[in-house]
Amino acid sequence: MQAELIDIRNHLIQHAPFDEMPEELVNELTANIEISYVRAGTQITETGQTSTRMYYVRSGAVEIFRRSGELYNRIGEGEIFGQFGLLMRGQVRFPARALEDSLLYRVTAETFHYLFENDENFADFVEIEDRSRLRSAVSRREKSNALMTSRVNRLISRETVSAPTTVRLQEAARIMTDQGVSALLLMDEECGGTCDRERLVGIITDRDLRTRAVTEALPSETPVSDIMTTGLITIRASSYVFEAMLTMLHNNVHHLPVIDGDEVRGVIALADIVRYESQSSLYLVSNIFHQQDVKALKKISKDVRDSFVRMVNEDANSHMIGSAMAGIGRSFTQRLLELGEEKLGPPPVPYCFMALGSMARDEQLVVTDQDNAMILDNSFVPEEHDEYFLALAKFVSDGLAECGYTYCTGDIMATNPKWRQPLKVWRDYFTDWIENPKAVALLNSNIFFDLDGIYGRTEYAEELKALVAQKASSSQLFLTLMARNALNRTPPLGFFRTFVLEEDGKHQKTFNLKRRGTAPLSDLIRIHALACGSQAQNSFERLKSIGKTKLIMEDDLSNLRDALEFISIVRIRHQALALEAGEEPNNNVRPEDLSPFERSHLKDAFQVVSNAQKFLRFRYNSQATRHV
Amino acid sequence: MSDNQSLPDAVNTLPWPEQYQALSESAKAPVLKAFYEAGCVSEDTAISEVPMVALDFETTGLEADAHSIVSIGLVPFTMDAILLNQAKHWIVRPRLPLHQVSVTFHGITHADISDAPDLSEILEDVFASLNGRIVVVHFRHIERPFLNVALQYRLNEGIRFPLIDTMAIEAHLHPNRQPSFFKKLAGEKPTSIRLGDSRKRYGLPHYAAHNALVDAIATAELLQAQIQHHFSPETPVGDLWL
Repeated sequence: MQAELIDIRNHLIQHAPFDEMPEELVNELTANIEISYVRAGTQITETGQTSTRMYYVRSGAVEIFRRSGELYNRIGEGEIFGQFGLLMRGQVRFPARALEDSLLYRVTAETFHYLFENDENFADFVEIEDRSRLRSAVSRREKSNALMTSRVNRLISRETVSAPTTVRLQEAARIMTDQGVSALLLMDEECGGTCDRERLVGIITDRDLRTRAVTEALPSETPVSDIMTTGLITIRASSYVFEAMLTMLHNNVHHLPVIDGDEVRGVIALADIVRYESQSSLYLVSNIFHQQDVKALKKISKDVRDSFVRMVNEDANSHMIGSAMAGIGRSFTQRLLELGEEKLGPPPVPYCFMALGSMARDEQLVVTDQDNAMILDNSFVPEEHDEYFLALAKFVSDGLAECGYTYCTGDIMATNPKWRQPLKVWRDYFTDWIENPKAVALLNSNIFFDLDGIYGRTEYAEELKALVAQKASSSQLFLTLMARNALNRTPPLGFFRTFVLEEDGKHQKTFNLKRRGTAPLSDLIRIHALACGSQAQNSFERLKSIGKTKLIMEDDLSNLRDALEFISIVRIRHQALALEAGEEPNNNVRPEDLSPFERSHLKDAFQVVSNAQKFLRFRYNSQATRHV
Repeated sequence: MSDNQSLPDAVNTLPWPEQYQALSESAKAPVLKAFYEAGCVSEDTAISEVPMVALDFETTGLEADAHSIVSIGLVPFTMDAILLNQAKHWIVRPRLPLHQVSVTFHGITHADISDAPDLSEILEDVFASLNGRIVVVHFRHIERPFLNVALQYRLNEGIRFPLIDTMAIEAHLHPNRQPSFFKKLAGEKPTSIRLGDSRKRYGLPHYAAHNALVDAIATAELLQAQIQHHFSPETPVGDLWL
């Protein structure tokens, strides 16, 4: 390449896939470019023509059509087209027409195939269409984190240590000491001769021995079945390590029996995972439960942000980070409730403490306020009991605020009497929202459709989930209005695949990755999930259950998953960078702060959101009420 | 353009293909002989059929008789494509000292040219790209007169050829570049026909670097844009060359 052509090379290397191309190949490419100016309206390639070139848009814009004549894509500065025809060494697959006066860099078939042979990244890039490109962007990130590539069965280092449920406490303790394990699986041997294998029914851990047996001074010949934990949370051997971590975080357990079909393969402990992630957020969680007052909790809440940044730097995916942050928030809430009950005495009637919104969805980040509510037992009598629950709610809410979870500006907190009600009232709330839907009211109650019981009688929350799942799918008007609300926020993508920017508080041109990215996505996923009667709360889990119903095609589902993952991870990285720079994290991003890689894939992702919104409008017959 | 004194005046009025033929017989230097022998398209050839070469010199000043060529950039092209794999760039040693003013403009320094060849050493390479092509420049009063003088000095004979001037095309398109008195009062600026400003009118990108090759490429792109906006691929080359 002539050194004087550096202007041309420098433009190429700002854009994928040339940004990752080895220097000598880019130089070779530059030296072999053909430049061509086309006026707006010029047909650049036509169906049936022989493909001889790939094109790079240096300036201007080009429209790509399907053979049917339908518009397929708009290509702007720094993007390529024409590669598919070359790959098939045949005919033009998508005809192209200049939308604006454009300067095109043409790559001859010879150069194209040379690059294809010599640069794997280039080959991958041109072989896949933009949406699949998004997928490879997502999976390339995920490949680099060991938690996401290693399976649980690799953590099992020894034979299962188990005992019959009939053993006595002393014998159980001896087995655990001899075998050097911190948990003992308990098997039921009485299956009446109908099965040839023992059945796993319970687990007992070191901690159980200390807290349940020793502190309560149980006789050593007490059967272990008296204190074992039943209703086990297990994990499949083929699961990824991060799924085990999420399961531990979500349920606050430190041991997981590993199951392979009907067979118990072993137990993995928190320590096994910590070996994979040296400074695990699981540590923080277990630490939370050791703190004795709000002041101590506040002190360790400073670690939350470090934990967040660390996970980002370790290339965790958004599901992991969102779940870990939600798990941490949930643990703070649970510990505060324990401390509150210690202070105020046991509750006069049973209750369930409920998380709402992002915490319930397991999609929490660092900038978050508290959204919570209380479901009280139906025997609740306000005059007798509410003083207690108000005091408890206030203790938790104030404690959370101390720990960095700011008060909810919309007053969706258990301290608000409206959201501190017996189960039957909650049933009425949800029934009314679904059966007599009003757009404005739904806008405000949207957050209640992401709910999760996190403390006490969590079955109350399950009952509400079941109620919603059962009623929502059959109320067409409810779905229509929910969809209409979900269409109020559109992705920040302009006509030419440019970013539509808004002025933020500091008068900078930005777009909001939450309001215009993750929020519209989780909104529309929620509606499809409600329509198909799913009880899942997490957006990725919701996509899985939608997938079982054929409501959305498999391909579109994967696109949604990839778009959510990519927008979320860009948002997460943006916040982590702010934290590392000592700034207050937010959701406003300037395009120039993104890498060309991020810019290009964000556009793909926003396009997916936009298409999904079109489908939502069509599917539920909704027009947006207003644009914000 | 300078007249070749050894030729009868009649030759100068012939159509270009015939002139080239006559000149190929009278030229003595092999490079010039080969240049004319490669021929010239007839004036009624459609511009889309014409092989062209965009040419740009960086010089020590504006006077062909007083200043020298410092660098040469060229790129062969057609209406369809500008071929970077045939792009060339040379730095040459000027006969006259570099002025500080021109150094700041084209960025070529004394160190660059101390080892550079004299133009005579690269003439064959330069002409290999010019032969059989119509030269395209932006501002016709540099490349043709400077080349003519340089060849007179080194080969003792000058050169004649038609060329297309993208600046002349812009001047033709914008005959009234000075805004009226009232428009001037209203803040309207005169229309600039400089290379960068002309390119802007066609949505062509800004190039940061200034060297002879980038300017040659920029000129080639500009001509492609001008033809598509104001002429047609069928426009005879005779309507465009000067």
